[in-house]
Amino acid sequence: MAVKRNGCEGCADITCPSSKQVLAQDIAKGVKTAYDRIKARGTSACLFGSGGTCCRNCNMGPCQIIDGVEEMIGVCGATADTVAARNFARVVASGTAAHTDHAREMVRGFLETAKGHGPHQIKDVVKLKALAEVFGIVTEGRETKEIAIELGERALAEFGKQDNEPISMLKRAVPKRQAIWKKLNIAPRGIDREVVEMMHRTHMGVDQDYKNIMLQASRCALADGWGSSMLSTELTDIMFGTPVPRRAVVDLGVLKPDQVNICVHGHEPLLAESLCIAALEKDMIDLAKKQGAKGINLVGVCCTGNEILMRRGIPVAAGFVQQEIVLSTGAVEAMVGDVQCIMQSLVEVAKNFHTDIITTNYRAKMEGATHIQFEEEAAIESAKGILTKAIMNFKKRGKFFIPKEQKVDVVVGFSHETINYMLGGSFRASYRPLNDNIINGRIRGVAAIVGCDNFHLSDDGHEVIARELLKNNVLVLATGCAATALGRAGLANPEAAKYCGDSLREVCETVGMPPVLHMGSCVDNSRILIAATQMVKQGGLGDDISDLPAIGTAPLWMSEKAVAIGQYFVASGAQVVFQDLPTFGAKEFNNYLLEGLMGPLGAHWNVAKEPLEIARLMIAAIDSKREALGINKKKDRVLFDMDMRRDLGAGVPNTGCQGHK
Amino acid sequence: MSKIICSAAIRGAHKIVDMAEEKYEEALKKYGPEKEVSFPNTAYFLPIIYSMLGAKVQTLGDMKEIFQECRKLLPPLVTDKLWLPYLAPALDAGMSTFFAEEMFEAVRYLENSEFYTKTEDPTANNLWLGAADDVIFRKRGVEFVDGSAPGFAAIMGSPADKEVASKIALELQEKNLYIFMHDQSNGISMPEQLVKNGVQVGWGTRLVPFGKSYTTAVFAIGFACRVAMAFGGIKPGDYKGNLIYNKDRTFAFVMAFGEVSDEWYANAAGAINWGFPTISDWDIPQVLPTGICTYEHVVSNVPHDEIVQKAIEVRGLKVNVTKIDIPMSFGPAFEGERVRKDDLFMECGGGRTPGVEVLISKDMNEVEDGLVTIEGPDIKDIEVGQNLPLAILVEVAGREMQSDFEPILERQFHHLINYIQGIMHMGQRNIMWIRIGKGAVEKGLSFTHIGKVLHGKLHQEFGAIIDKIQVKIYTEANKVAEVMELAKKTYAGRDERLGSMTDETEEVFYSCTLCQSFAPSHVCVITPERVGMCGAYNWLDGKASYQINPTGPNQPIQKGECTDPMVGYFTGINEFVNQASRGAVPQVSCYSLMNDPMTACGCFEAIAAMLPQANGVMFVNRDYMGMTPSGMKFTTLAGMAGGGAQTPGFMGVSKHYIASPKLLLAEGGLKRVVWMPKMLKDELAEKLQQRCKDLGMPELYDMIATEEQGTTEEEIVAFLKEKGHPALTMETAV
Repeated sequence: MAVKRNGCEGCADITCPSSKQVLAQDIAKGVKTAYDRIKARGTSACLFGSGGTCCRNCNMGPCQIIDGVEEMIGVCGATADTVAARNFARVVASGTAAHTDHAREMVRGFLETAKGHGPHQIKDVVKLKALAEVFGIVTEGRETKEIAIELGERALAEFGKQDNEPISMLKRAVPKRQAIWKKLNIAPRGIDREVVEMMHRTHMGVDQDYKNIMLQASRCALADGWGSSMLSTELTDIMFGTPVPRRAVVDLGVLKPDQVNICVHGHEPLLAESLCIAALEKDMIDLAKKQGAKGINLVGVCCTGNEILMRRGIPVAAGFVQQEIVLSTGAVEAMVGDVQCIMQSLVEVAKNFHTDIITTNYRAKMEGATHIQFEEEAAIESAKGILTKAIMNFKKRGKFFIPKEQKVDVVVGFSHETINYMLGGSFRASYRPLNDNIINGRIRGVAAIVGCDNFHLSDDGHEVIARELLKNNVLVLATGCAATALGRAGLANPEAAKYCGDSLREVCETVGMPPVLHMGSCVDNSRILIAATQMVKQGGLGDDISDLPAIGTAPLWMSEKAVAIGQYFVASGAQVVFQDLPTFGAKEFNNYLLEGLMGPLGAHWNVAKEPLEIARLMIAAIDSKREALGINKKKDRVLFDMDMRRDLGAGVPNTGCQGHK
Repeated sequence: MSKIICSAAIRGAHKIVDMAEEKYEEALKKYGPEKEVSFPNTAYFLPIIYSMLGAKVQTLGDMKEIFQECRKLLPPLVTDKLWLPYLAPALDAGMSTFFAEEMFEAVRYLENSEFYTKTEDPTANNLWLGAADDVIFRKRGVEFVDGSAPGFAAIMGSPADKEVASKIALELQEKNLYIFMHDQSNGISMPEQLVKNGVQVGWGTRLVPFGKSYTTAVFAIGFACRVAMAFGGIKPGDYKGNLIYNKDRTFAFVMAFGEVSDEWYANAAGAINWGFPTISDWDIPQVLPTGICTYEHVVSNVPHDEIVQKAIEVRGLKVNVTKIDIPMSFGPAFEGERVRKDDLFMECGGGRTPGVEVLISKDMNEVEDGLVTIEGPDIKDIEVGQNLPLAILVEVAGREMQSDFEPILERQFHHLINYIQGIMHMGQRNIMWIRIGKGAVEKGLSFTHIGKVLHGKLHQEFGAIIDKIQVKIYTEANKVAEVMELAKKTYAGRDERLGSMTDETEEVFYSCTLCQSFAPSHVCVITPERVGMCGAYNWLDGKASYQINPTGPNQPIQKGECTDPMVGYFTGINEFVNQASRGAVPQVSCYSLMNDPMTACGCFEAIAAMLPQANGVMFVNRDYMGMTPSGMKFTTLAGMAGGGAQTPGFMGVSKHYIASPKLLLAEGGLKRVVWMPKMLKDELAEKLQQRCKDLGMPELYDMIATEEQGTTEEEIVAFLKEKGHPALTMETAV
């Protein structure tokens, strides 16, 4: 089918030059992309589905509910608000489940590593001990191995915990937030349990009060943010190394004409790390050479890409929307996937080329793909098997096109530990400079741009929002495919400071940082929770995340995980903005999300259509927090005399902080 | 921090570490790893390394590990394109610089112990003093603690012109800051310029020439590190505590003159770790965002006539200076200035002529506020070398004035008169001695200016108790004699009143937290018979201070019931201290070294320490640098007694307390005292002999050993046995 290759009706233009260039090639002619399918489908989205009022939870329906029309409530009597809330909550549960299953694999891998099995080591002992302390594990005088095993076991137990005590990492939150959770009784107890309870409560005839449903949706989401996602990030850091600033390259131009190009796609870094290790081994390189390649070029796609980008500087070829396009270059020997966001269409796209689509996880198989199970207990052997399959494909490569100019330098690796360090060095590491410069107005506020990209929307949406924010002196934190998009736009580069307003530029130049800080994959949004908490604890910006001049957005969201993330942000006190929500068909519930949650949680969802509108909404939200904090006006410099210094007495702990804080 | 600055700082740090390590390797080859290294007379080893890393560098061998740490901290150079964040690496590079420089300077001391004078003032052929030893440090540290010095300017290089240098120095002095000078610009150093321009340099005038190379910046930073450890109770190795303490409390900054080299940038980056910003007169980039420092980090291109004002503003310092309308400069920085023989215009008192100063209180209607009179010739009426008798009679009145406060007000004369540039004041009462320099006379000094100073400053500091002040100055012999008679009568009355005041006669004692700006965890309890351990604040001071400022650092403590008169437990004191220390110190004794001894900030005049073998107590004063029978020097002992913790067997005391009837009653009082340095014994001779007589043991005085009898317990036990010292037969004190 001949489709105009710069987008289509119903989907926005493709603006990304690398995508355009590849799709314009003859070799890509037979490829059908998601853009083509949107066009081909022809129909517009179902209003009941997109408004959240289609109920399929029992076999009396499906019931399409029309809010305000008495005859059009559910057969069981469920109102539009109940149905939309249940559907929304199930999205949260599904997203949480995805992060949770991912995290479980990471924790299991961590435990094996702790026991000395497999190719990985405990790389970050400092972080191990810090996290062990959160779990109340004794660290003094104990071997690293012992601590790691206990931590791994305790972490694993968090998933199936059955008692009513809150999960361990909630106590990392600021006291005020913990008190809110306690008061609302939404502190998650066991990670799996909250998903199960969510599914139960949204079953036919259980929870039919949207406010009550949202309480559990919050608890479920918190089990993700402060539970599974955080466990995954933290244990992955301990095992594979906490990210530190490093240089890397993104976009399709990272493919190499004379090497075996292997795309690692999906989410769990266990597979990717093993592939990275195996690809450096001599037998693999020799094999590649024997096949006429100069080497093995591992590149990332989607969030696995972000994981190995952050920790190893491995280039990211593509985000979610480019997964078909990277194959369309004809230069990819194999695309290796594990779980999440891997489109079934890849198999069809690959049929145009020599490319193998290799699935590696028993959970995620596709017809037409080659399945090579990745065995954690024999990780390197598994990895080598996968690599061998790809390498042996090299000779079959036909005509290909790599947009070799299309690669952009980025600086990545901004874990919350990195941010802490980079603002003060080894001896004065703290969030103080960040807070100070927010208070003095050089940094107007902090925005998180996270989440997916989406064929329905213009692929430069993240960039448009980010540029507007930067221009207005808002510092941007990014994760996931949003971070890849911003990297591709050149904003994760320190020289991008020139796109900022004068005062933010000054701060970026002082620190030497890019104005967009790449914090990792979508599971790493938990880093943002910790960073925000650190900001509150540092002082001067209120006593809860809800006081911070900060806001998040997942403008091009696609995956259910994004909604889980959005909900755990809101339940943690942070405002979020999405481009749309599947709830507009239920007026009261929709209002509850967009306004009503402010009451119990101190934050709510926002919706804005256009990227610029989103940016402006974010700036306005930041400004209102600044006003509430009283930092919207320029303050005179405080000069200290002796009496004032004497008054410091009370604030200074007895004998200094012993270097720990 | 801008890229240019960070790049240069990191480059500079590499050069410095390379240079220091090369020097070190040479020394290691020459002397071997066992060779001892140290800065002169300090218990803080190499203080920056000690405070940041907790590492005691005592031998060349110890330096190896520190150099490894330097290498670990040294980041790669900043790249031109696609740079990684450079602020934090630059700060680390600066820290690495300081570690390397400290070791470099320690090797320098090893190779040439005469490289620096190691004195308070320059010598005839050497301008450079080198690192402050602990005697100087503690003496000067007290000024940081009590607020008379808010911080210091660490100067790198010098302005081109000696007049400008002198003017900037004077301005800094007028802000009460210490001025630490390092390195030079275009071959000329700032202290050289000052000396050429006739400005007195040395610790006394706060114009301190540390060293002629940039590496001596560590003497300034090391001073700050020691302040935090000695007075702030910050533990060695608590790097963050130390750095934040200095950021919040030591108002220091770097002032750089002339072109900024990579090495200077490296030092400036290091100083930023302490929150000390850099102010430069050169056209270099600026770093204005705040965070590590309280305000800006680097401010440049500042004209010389604005640089001091700019510096204190950038550092966030407020200096409350009352302008006294006299033609000379005025302030604490001039207190230590001397009037030397060649510069002397005239003298009063001090055995040359009769001299007396006295303050008495009068009725309101007897005093005309602001009246300053002189009877007899003024300075302008005499020739060089012609001395005059002098009487200064200050009469005050106030609704809150009590005759008890007279000696306190009168005691201010010494420093207030000394604050005038070009005048030197010593002694008090009728043994006062004033020397007036030619410089002051050239500027038009009159005796009435002394009156103006006393009037202005006493009003400022004691406004809450006095409403009117008049000053009468006499330079005619018969008038001076008249005032002398009046003064002697006044003194006698006062002494009698003070002598009769004991811990039993007064119901209220006073707390003192004057030093809480620097020593936040310590509370002094001042009783009539136990002066504050700094020696500067007695019970009457506490009383007056409370009167002046009821919410100030001296609060009354109802002493409550005395539950043990020998150990000195008072219910009221315990309650107060428990509360003030937030439970850290639940009980404090007033008269015991072994049971709940009083805590100390670090600015004590002397230390009492138990000598178990001799079954006695020794005292050592701050100025005594030698070894003591405890096996430790003062500086080491100070580490055990200071920091706000109770360590039985070690306690900070004032010299005055050694001769108090309440001295260590629990341990047997003066009869327990077996050793003190000769200089201390001589200083207290008269009082101690009197105390011995009062105890019915006049021979006890001669039984107290000094370093002349020995500096080990064995030596002094032999001496005590020979003399039959009572401590040997007393019940065991430990």
